[in-house]
Amino acid sequence: MSTIGYRRRDEAANPSYDHPDYKSTVLRHPKQPLVALDHTLSEVTGPGPALAEVMPEDADLTTNAGTGTEAMGERIIVTGRVLDEDGLPQPRTLVEIWQCNAAGRYIHEGDQHPAPLDPNFIGRGRCVTDDDGTYRFLTIKPGAYPWRNHPNAWRPAHIHFSLFGPAFVTRLVTQMYFPGDPLHELDPIMGAVAPEHRRRMIADYDHAVTEQEWALGYRWDVVLRGPEATPFEAGGAGALA
Amino acid sequence: MTRLSQTPSQTVGPFFHYALTEHPIDELDPDGQAGEAIVVHGSVRDGAGDVVGDAMVEVWQADGGGRYKHPADGRTADVPSAFIGFGRVATARESGEFRVTTVMPGTVPGPGGSVQAPHLNVHVFARGLLHPVHTRIYFAEAAANDDDPVLASVPAQRRDTLLARPDADEGGLPRYRFDIVLQGEGETVFFDA
Repeated sequence: MSTIGYRRRDEAANPSYDHPDYKSTVLRHPKQPLVALDHTLSEVTGPGPALAEVMPEDADLTTNAGTGTEAMGERIIVTGRVLDEDGLPQPRTLVEIWQCNAAGRYIHEGDQHPAPLDPNFIGRGRCVTDDDGTYRFLTIKPGAYPWRNHPNAWRPAHIHFSLFGPAFVTRLVTQMYFPGDPLHELDPIMGAVAPEHRRRMIADYDHAVTEQEWALGYRWDVVLRGPEATPFEAGGAGALA
Repeated sequence: MTRLSQTPSQTVGPFFHYALTEHPIDELDPDGQAGEAIVVHGSVRDGAGDVVGDAMVEVWQADGGGRYKHPADGRTADVPSAFIGFGRVATARESGEFRVTTVMPGTVPGPGGSVQAPHLNVHVFARGLLHPVHTRIYFAEAAANDDDPVLASVPAQRRDTLLARPDADEGGLPRYRFDIVLQGEGETVFFDA
């Protein structure tokens, strides 16, 4: 098979499936070797370009509960660019986020942490990047919360991110963390990533993003897999022959 | 130019439903214009054989004519307008089952003039998966399987794990079953793409 398509997942930058410190991986990671798959039309296409329908209010988690009352918590702006490995912006790509509230409680029925729910916070948002690859959310800073992975386990504050990018193989689900959090060193999910790459998941506080008398600003860029040096030629059937 | 480092993947966790699958995308061809309607369903299980009731399954496929709705497919303008080819559902908490109604995809061009048999491209996300697993759903009875370059690349004794089996019809629609085993006996083939 020819080698067209996107660059491979960077094994150094990514966690392995098997990371015993994170207990849920033990019975859920594949044990058989993965089968190498050269990219075909099936891998270089994907739903991303067709998934771009959002409403402007979807990007404001402080008000998108629609109750008319703002969510409780420290108001923050989270913005950045979605790029590929060559630094090229990824325009008009869907970015979905979800998070717990300021008290560390998800609105999810499975979250039994005895912290208060906020009736004015639904903890989810979405937007589409602009021509420059920029996304922007207004939300509240999520709290830390306990989980049962190991004794006295706490997840550092984080926001879940889901991105599609241009192809099936550029799909990325990840988590954005906040700078200066002492829980980073103790978290086995973050710890599944090699130390030199963890920094890539931590947002920067950016005073230029902060808005006076309104909200603190964080900047976080997301880098998706980029095309290989020999680009896949658009054109479908003919291009593959 | 300095190459940027890929942002590391992290697990979807257990609490994604309200954000990603509260409105499941489980009817891929609402207008019934994209091909022969079928149901694809199955379960997700872990290495202990227990159901995985908190997984998310995403599928991506061509229409009945083997065309993807994507600019890299030069025939995308011919794909019926209401058909994207993308599905996204959660597994049921108690049963670990997922289900989509879609169309039987056509054959898709492969490398070097080869032809890829009808298939759905699949990502499974879950708590405990630090990045998604990637597989394909083929159809057991498809003649084109014999010449499919990707199936041919899979060790013969494991190819069966990529085949959906005909099941009882559901409301007059052909139904196919595809069980996903994350680990252990009968482990599904997952790809490094």
